[in-house]
Amino acid sequence: MEIIVNGEQREVSEGLSAAQLVEDMAITGKRIAMEVNLEIVPRSTYSEYIFKSGDKVEIVHAVGGG
Amino acid sequence: MTDTVKDSPLVIAGKTYSSRLLVGSGKYKDNEETRLATEASGAEIITVAVRRSNIGQKPDEPNLLDAVPPEKYTILPNTAGCYTADDAVRTCRLARELLDGHNLVKLEVLADEKTLYPDVIQTLKAAELLVKEDFEVMVYTTDDLTIAKELEAIGCVAVMPLAAPIGSGLGVQNPYGIKFIIEELKVPVLIDAGVGTASDAAFAMELGCDGVLMNSAIAAAQNPVLMASAMKKAIEAGREAYLAGRMPRKRYASASSPIDGTFF
Repeated sequence: MEIIVNGEQREVSEGLSAAQLVEDMAITGKRIAMEVNLEIVPRSTYSEYIFKSGDKVEIVHAVGGG
Repeated sequence: MTDTVKDSPLVIAGKTYSSRLLVGSGKYKDNEETRLATEASGAEIITVAVRRSNIGQKPDEPNLLDAVPPEKYTILPNTAGCYTADDAVRTCRLARELLDGHNLVKLEVLADEKTLYPDVIQTLKAAELLVKEDFEVMVYTTDDLTIAKELEAIGCVAVMPLAAPIGSGLGVQNPYGIKFIIEELKVPVLIDAGVGTASDAAFAMELGCDGVLMNSAIAAAQNPVLMASAMKKAIEAGREAYLAGRMPRKRYASASSPIDGTFF
């Protein structure tokens, strides 16, 4: 199935969890935050959170700003 | 500060800060320069922006929060780049998740790309939504007293009028307007944006504001770390001058040396 991660389409396997996505992206343990379809996905729930086809995922971090 | 002058500390959302200088973390050459300048500034509150992670491309990319760790600094995530209340609220929710429930945010909703002036209508709307969601909102706004009072009434924990457009370095353009806000509000009033050099920061503090938030004035200086140190002193000097109370302005001279006892 396809999901959209930070604006880019991504082919992923059915039943992919948020934890697996984060692992695939080699950002496990980094200071990030995730939103799916405008709803926050708490970090503590990544392993239970299963994506559905077409989900719009945003993964953000802190950068320099004023 | 001498012990004859008792200053009340800066308190924002119940937390006491000894520095009245707040700094941004943008525009630096690298994280090391950010770290050094932030240290030299003596600031305890540092703003950050929230942006998409560059996933997969640079997994070892250094993280800003390693240079300015939340254990050491109060991290103040901003809503820079937001032009609607909804985008600002969404950014704050992500920031709260990113910072493990930390709910102090800097709200800015912009109106126009060229001036980066605040859209006060969207700002008021966002402030209401954020306060309802238990955020502690430090809000970037114009130098308009009516709007500032309304933001305070909504429940913002600090109101932050601009000195001049973001990144312009023009210094305080409307000191009398800023003074109205300082005099009328009970929550801390901080100057946010537009300071260019140390004298601008001192001038802002001499007006009686509770603090100054700046980024470009330090980061865009030829030597950011040295400018950070200068700003620290300017903020302290301006605060002391405000507390000391300046001499009255006079149109004509008033000799400092006595007239009596002259022998010529």
